[in-house]
Amino acid sequence: MKRKPISRATHDIQEHPLLVRIAHWAQALAIIIMIGSGWRIYNSVPIIDNFRFPQWATLGGDPPISKIAHMDPGVANALNWHFSGMWLLLASYFLFLLHGLISGHFRRDLLPLHPGGLIRDFIGALTFKLSHRLGEYNHVQRAAYWGVLFAVLMMFVTGLAIWKPVQLSWLTALCGGYPTARVLHFIFMSGICLFIIVHVTLVALVPKTLFAMVLGRAADPIDHAETPNAAE
Amino acid sequence: MPPNEPPKPMFDVDRRKLLRSGLSLGALTLLTGCDISDNDIVQAMFGKVSRWNNLVQETLFGGTRLAPEYPESMAMKDFRYNAWYHADQAPVLSAADYKLELAGLIGNKKPWNVDDLYALPQKTQVTRHVCVEGWSMIGKWTGTPLSEFLKRVGADTTAKYVGFVCADGYYESIDMPTALHPQTIMAFQLSDQTLPAKYGFPFKIRIPTKLGFKQPKFVTAIYVTNRNPGGFWVDRGYNWFSGI
Repeated sequence: MKRKPISRATHDIQEHPLLVRIAHWAQALAIIIMIGSGWRIYNSVPIIDNFRFPQWATLGGDPPISKIAHMDPGVANALNWHFSGMWLLLASYFLFLLHGLISGHFRRDLLPLHPGGLIRDFIGALTFKLSHRLGEYNHVQRAAYWGVLFAVLMMFVTGLAIWKPVQLSWLTALCGGYPTARVLHFIFMSGICLFIIVHVTLVALVPKTLFAMVLGRAADPIDHAETPNAAE
Repeated sequence: MPPNEPPKPMFDVDRRKLLRSGLSLGALTLLTGCDISDNDIVQAMFGKVSRWNNLVQETLFGGTRLAPEYPESMAMKDFRYNAWYHADQAPVLSAADYKLELAGLIGNKKPWNVDDLYALPQKTQVTRHVCVEGWSMIGKWTGTPLSEFLKRVGADTTAKYVGFVCADGYYESIDMPTALHPQTIMAFQLSDQTLPAKYGFPFKIRIPTKLGFKQPKFVTAIYVTNRNPGGFWVDRGYNWFSGI
């Protein structure tokens, strides 16, 4: 059987250039490293009383071994992950950001964004009425992508504020001082975790988006009978 | 479809999909669960990145840029004790027997006793102590700038490192620019009192531009060298420069 040619007239198409795919997966890896090691560092002096992340969810080797071998509860490894992962995240984030801004991808696909659309699509999402079209981002998605881009940027800002409270004391002061900057670092991390949960859930619901992000392209035949939003 | 079959639940497909997404999340956590931290190649990578981070921090460090100072009212009187052993196991040095030994690229290596050290000109600072683990505390320290001491003993300040040996088996080292920083002091007092034993009697090196573990207590020897002496925690994988 001859395959029907795929065109924009008959299909919804999602395409990601190689640069975007590399930057996306590098960021994904870097964020897993940063969160896993960050949780281990957090556990040594928790911000929320008596709340520690389960050790299996943290990154930094086997604490009982490092503790008995050289008195370190696995924080050395975690710090090494954190201060290595930050370079990977820095490079991949700014590659992604600059490409998105310069290529026009953000302007085309993540704008416009207005409160009315956001409320409409949010209610739609909650009531399962929101259809997904490949390559098109609804207002909730647009807000989520802008939100996570902002949250990662703030992780750099608050991270620098706690790493360099003397050399960059003005930045630390801007973040409300060292202890506050540390809490903000924790809050933006929580925001990124929330994004990851929603993002991964949506990808699982529409697996073709995963193919697009791995292989560069995915297509869905446009079914004119199945467009509930068209009725609105 | 047979007419008496019950209607399909509306969200059947979605529920199945949600289950699948749950499994994907599980896979994601498994991914973080597979911990390769102690792998030889990973450890070698850590070493390389840590040296790179030393360079970045040396570049960022300002030799005359001061750590923020706070009003005295903000200084914590009951300062947090921190070490890998309990406070009552801390070495108690006798002021009468104590000797500070000097070695390496230093002109006058004559050992110093407590009286001579405490007679040196002193400065007071109220600064924030930041621990690598994330806690921090403002304290009031009084003592002699290390740069002043190094000048008096005729140290070669063009050398690269200053090393410290401590009474509890601890050892540390810092870069010369940090050793010469105006706020790097040999702290004889904490909160206007002679440094208590557990905080490092007769003195600790107080460096408000570095993390807490870079600031040795109960110092028994100081030496100047061009070979990086490492440090107790540094040799256990912590970053050497550890500037803040």
